[in-house]
Amino acid sequence: MTKIITTDVLVIGAGLAGERSAIASASEGLDVIILSLVPPRRSHSSAAQGGMQASLGNSVKGEGDNPTIHWLDTVKGSDWGADQEVARIFADNAPIAMREMAHFGVPWNRVEGGPREIYIKGKKTTIEEDFDKEGLITARDFGGTAKWRTCYTADGTGHTVLYTMDNMVVQLGITVHDRMEALRLIHKDGKCVGAVVRSLRDGEILAYMSKATVVATGGYGRIYGESTNAVINEGTGSWLALQTGVIPLANMEAVQFHPTGIVPTDILVTEGCRGDGGTLLDVDEHRFMPDYEPEKQELASRDVVSRRMKEHMLKGKGVLSPYGEHLWLDLRHLGETHLKTKLREVYDICMYFIGVNPIKDLVPVRPTQHYSMGGIRVNKDGHTYNMEGLFALGEVSCWDMHGFNRLGGNSLAETVVAGMVVGEQIATYAKKSTLVADIILAEEFAQYEKGKIERLLNSTDGENVYSLRDEISNLLKTHVHIFRTGEGLEKATIGLKSLVKRVENVRVRTKAPGMNPELSFALRIEGMAKQALLISQGALNRTESRGAHSREDYPARDDVNWLNRTLARWPDPHGEPVFEYEPVGVLDLPPGDRGYGGGQQISMEITVEEYNSRVDEGQKAKGRLDPVEPTGTRLPKEAWKEVL
Amino acid sequence: MGRTLTFKIFRFNPTSPDDKPRVDSFQLEETERLNIFTALNLIREQQAPDLMFDFVCRAGICGSCGMMINGRPTLGCRTLTSDLPDTITLYPMPFFKLLGDLSVDTGVWFREIAEQIESWIHTKDEFDPQAEEERMDNATANKIYEAERCIECGCCLAGCATAQVSPDFLGAAGLNRIGRFMVDPRDQRDGKEWFDLVSTDSGIFGCIGMMACDDVCPKDLPLLEVFAYIRRKMAAIGLSKRKEKSAVI
Repeated sequence: MTKIITTDVLVIGAGLAGERSAIASASEGLDVIILSLVPPRRSHSSAAQGGMQASLGNSVKGEGDNPTIHWLDTVKGSDWGADQEVARIFADNAPIAMREMAHFGVPWNRVEGGPREIYIKGKKTTIEEDFDKEGLITARDFGGTAKWRTCYTADGTGHTVLYTMDNMVVQLGITVHDRMEALRLIHKDGKCVGAVVRSLRDGEILAYMSKATVVATGGYGRIYGESTNAVINEGTGSWLALQTGVIPLANMEAVQFHPTGIVPTDILVTEGCRGDGGTLLDVDEHRFMPDYEPEKQELASRDVVSRRMKEHMLKGKGVLSPYGEHLWLDLRHLGETHLKTKLREVYDICMYFIGVNPIKDLVPVRPTQHYSMGGIRVNKDGHTYNMEGLFALGEVSCWDMHGFNRLGGNSLAETVVAGMVVGEQIATYAKKSTLVADIILAEEFAQYEKGKIERLLNSTDGENVYSLRDEISNLLKTHVHIFRTGEGLEKATIGLKSLVKRVENVRVRTKAPGMNPELSFALRIEGMAKQALLISQGALNRTESRGAHSREDYPARDDVNWLNRTLARWPDPHGEPVFEYEPVGVLDLPPGDRGYGGGQQISMEITVEEYNSRVDEGQKAKGRLDPVEPTGTRLPKEAWKEVL
Repeated sequence: MGRTLTFKIFRFNPTSPDDKPRVDSFQLEETERLNIFTALNLIREQQAPDLMFDFVCRAGICGSCGMMINGRPTLGCRTLTSDLPDTITLYPMPFFKLLGDLSVDTGVWFREIAEQIESWIHTKDEFDPQAEEERMDNATANKIYEAERCIECGCCLAGCATAQVSPDFLGAAGLNRIGRFMVDPRDQRDGKEWFDLVSTDSGIFGCIGMMACDDVCPKDLPLLEVFAYIRRKMAAIGLSKRKEKSAVI
């Protein structure tokens, strides 16, 4: 018999989104258990450096900022792929979330009144901070924004916010079971009642049963091999949803490449480098971004900067190195004090990992896989499509405030805002639900996983799991990167379809009990292969360029045919995935030009009203559960006209 | 370049009834900028698929990969083989419970310490979502951040003589965490509460001042200063208590 553990709310993932949602339920008196692959403070949220966007408008460079301007930046950044209502819920709540984190204990950097020298667009400038605002939460500049809006603690924002959040988890006495990996959701008739879990301490299989289950496991960046992501970001949470056969993963082809991964190692240095005045140089040490983007320069949105970098390297302006081509990030003019305080992690990373001293040397950088805009499709309450009792939030989800490109500082902010907003919905749902402790069902799901493990441990021949991993990532790196073509995507899709079959025949050499790292990885490889295929095939299907999805053979954004969201399900585990499309959501800001990036658009032929009249039914037909409040209620009509 | 490195790695799987602690040797050709993160993964993928170790961010930020490298506790991800001799010995950190090979249980220990020292802001103020945030000067924010930078890797405890003989010792990481809340004006704990928490043999007075913690801390936390600050603060509280007492007499 499998050991069964019951709780009101089961949260899978102990990063910022998971922990904040757990706090929401625990504050309502519910029992909560958090499962995590690693001790919570080691979650990948801790590696976020630059900051969180919220329109507090305290710094003089953020003067006059408000949620509407933040929302506008977010929708344009998404290349109109976002759900505009969700973006609005986010922008409206971000200032509250920052203040709440201050109340919980985050030592946000604060406004210091008086003049200070900074670099804007490569030039030294003096700004004068308002003495009346002294001591309020300050902000730095980030890409694709009209105002300085990114709240920060030096360049360790994720670290301080995660430590503060975890302190709250400890204070509330929330149970955390670390070194635990959820392998499969327990569900029946469209209702989720828990998960089958494997202990990474001793290999035991357990069943957790809950009223509400929450997936907050972050991204899948490691599937790309070369990624800024932590080694635990292997798409385990989105795989849980995909395995059900009924829950769609949305917009998996929308992959963010961050302009400044360092070469080699692919470790991220924050966008705050450029926000604080760092510039990008080519092989001739020429600052090239103003040539392409005269207005935003280095601080256009990430998709645009990464594309411009790649474009410039293709013109032969890259720096050749044994680790491939790269460009330079110049931080020298910011000076030693700035680099050793506000960009201290960056300084340490450059010194320790590549032996470059950014005070006097140029830093080698290139665009590197960083973030997944897509993920488990949920409604505005965070409730998954086609599966009652299951919620998802943070990077693993497609709540969809990011569309086809997210702005820097918006995802770290999303974790705490969604934690707050979706967290409340989870608590409300759990409070009115009863626990379905169907132990026969739990045993059935547990036995399935035990059988799979048994088969893997008894395998005597088959393929090496690490070689398969490399084949998957090579296809993505080669064909499903910044610039994509039909031909390349076709190759990747054919290759990945064959890999999806081949991963069924994995051999595990290690028979030892315990955590068995090879077995742990073998249990993840099917999910990695299948998600890689969804990324590739989704990109092949989408014959347009939108945000980070850039097709050389279809360079225009096509609002006639592709103003929609990809939904991919995998109904038969041995069959093929099914692709469907739904409207992006209610439009308030009509699709237009982003103001940077220089893309072309094919304008929609129907009116916004016609488009909007199809949203609710269109999404419902794809399995969206009814949100607590009707669609569109949180989107004030044409508020943006007041700020333009 | 061109060196063949020998890794001598401590091996033991406590979940396997027949397993006994031992040291295994592995050879690896050194490549440019090879670090312990890459080296261990190569060894696992090519030579010892059952080798257990912990990495998460592989960027020196998350604190997962504390281990003894040639006898010194430090982060594996940040250690380049080019800074080491041809033979590299890797042991798990002492003090923490061994989970297998190089993997130790820091998470549970740090959670218990967080509970013990009540590692959160003690305040009676309620959060008002409509109100402006409470002001704080930036210098104070920076001071809190300086102590908050600890990544709980456990290297300070692995290097601490006191911790090896008194398992209740809070260690530099625990004391630094207390210091972080002491400098935070939002924390309303009073002198007596701080005194009871930290003025014990498992607290600040357990430290015998060898300061290996300060030598090995990968984040260069100013632990000497933190300890001095806490001691001064305890002395001040102790003296004020004595004054109160003599006033009563």
